[in-house]
Amino acid sequence: MAETDFLSGGLADPVLAGQSAFRAIMQAMAEPGTVQAVADCPTPPSGLSRTMAAIATTLCDADTPIWLDVALANDPQVVKWLAFHTGAPVTADSGAAMFAFVSDPSSMPALDRFAQGTDTYPDRSTTLVLAVDAFDADQPLSLSGPGIESTRRFAFAPLPEAFIDQWSENRARFPRGVDLILAGPEAVACLPRSTRIKSGEH
Amino acid sequence: MNSLDAGREQVIATYNFAYLDEQTKRMIRRAILKSIAVPGYQVPFASREMPMPYGWGTGGVQVTAAIIGPDDRLKVIDQGADDTTNAISIRKFFERTTGVETTTLTADASIIQTRHRIPETPLTAGQILVFQVPIPEPLRFLEPRETETRTMHALEEYGVMHVKLYEDIARHGHIATTYAYPVKVEGRYVTDPSPTPKFDNPKMHRNPALQLFGAGREMRIYAIPPWTEVVSLDFEDHPFEVQAFERPCALCGADDVFLDEVITDDRGGRMFVCSDTDHCNTRQAEGHAGEQEA
Ligand SMILES: [Zn+2]
Repeated sequence: MAETDFLSGGLADPVLAGQSAFRAIMQAMAEPGTVQAVADCPTPPSGLSRTMAAIATTLCDADTPIWLDVALANDPQVVKWLAFHTGAPVTADSGAAMFAFVSDPSSMPALDRFAQGTDTYPDRSTTLVLAVDAFDADQPLSLSGPGIESTRRFAFAPLPEAFIDQWSENRARFPRGVDLILAGPEAVACLPRSTRIKSGEH
Repeated sequence: MNSLDAGREQVIATYNFAYLDEQTKRMIRRAILKSIAVPGYQVPFASREMPMPYGWGTGGVQVTAAIIGPDDRLKVIDQGADDTTNAISIRKFFERTTGVETTTLTADASIIQTRHRIPETPLTAGQILVFQVPIPEPLRFLEPRETETRTMHALEEYGVMHVKLYEDIARHGHIATTYAYPVKVEGRYVTDPSPTPKFDNPKMHRNPALQLFGAGREMRIYAIPPWTEVVSLDFEDHPFEVQAFERPCALCGADDVFLDEVITDDRGGRMFVCSDTDHCNTRQAEGHAGEQEA
């Protein structure tokens, strides 16, 4: 890539693209386990998925320290692109991040390594943005909680290590805990900390 | 005009879409996502000056401005009516700053901004109800200190709320609170439903729509996601009850709705009519009539 490629790959109409990406994320957060299309994604360097880039430009700015996983942090084009298009400061301290970007789910740190919020300010927690390959997989999960009429079947792949156990610990910390935005191919799904997950395998 | 100029024109024209700058929208959007993740918890946000006074729903206006897009259709109600000065001015504000379509029909709206009522027509999945909230803290009248109320929420120390309701019973023989009647959201946070009549509390329970609450002066956003459990606080021997009306709406005959008393002449004549004007008009158009019309 050329030295200045990080300048490109933004959006023709960032205001309306940001609005529509936000609505997809909000709807996904309000109805956990539903997959919402993100129509107008930026074109970031190849190390960052287009959906992750859309989430970053929609939600992150100079007020939101971000944490990057090893693969992203070691990719100078990605780091430059995020800096230019969001202005968000990068932190190496996962516990200080408002957003954490994980491009490789298999190397995701344990959920309790991120900011959990406090009992009085549970909102002061990290939102994890996790790159996933697909929202269909043969390991269906059963979700319940706010935003779900009774239960909702949901799957994503790849699943981070010991994810179900980690999530049940995260749920047990409620109202503290992290929220997850899953960035699939031009679509998002969310798992807010209020969601209960059971493995669908019986 | 060359294409670069055209592009720049478009950026200028859309930069203040929905009035707020993009940084403010991002900040409000982040607060909204947290509020959805922790139902009933009041998320602090840095409320902005809006081109209307506090008390005119600046919290609700900021929430709507942060979520609204060109594909939305907006309805604005004030105490159930689409045609009050407050509702009209907010509707005009969004027509001017976003160009979105507006409607008075509950079923046709994707976003409904409201001051103190929930529409009688049941909401559906995908709709968003935005409440304008003056005082978001249900414990405020019992404990004015923010640090204390925050600790009470953290420890789920809600006994004082029950004491207050019980004092009502001791004094009046029943719970006299009829507006801003406190609810518990998903078994965790005691939350102020904004000064809606308690008649509307049951509509909050397991509603398929997303309910967002914005308090501008107090700088708080909170949410009730779809299908969330919302329980009005009460006692075993004094269960929660909604207001009952002695007669149906004088105009449309509805007997399951919240009614307002309307003075009809200067000789003390009065009648009770739907507070939800769209619901009443729709019913009349469908051929329903009350005694006034019969
Ligand atoms: Zn009526």
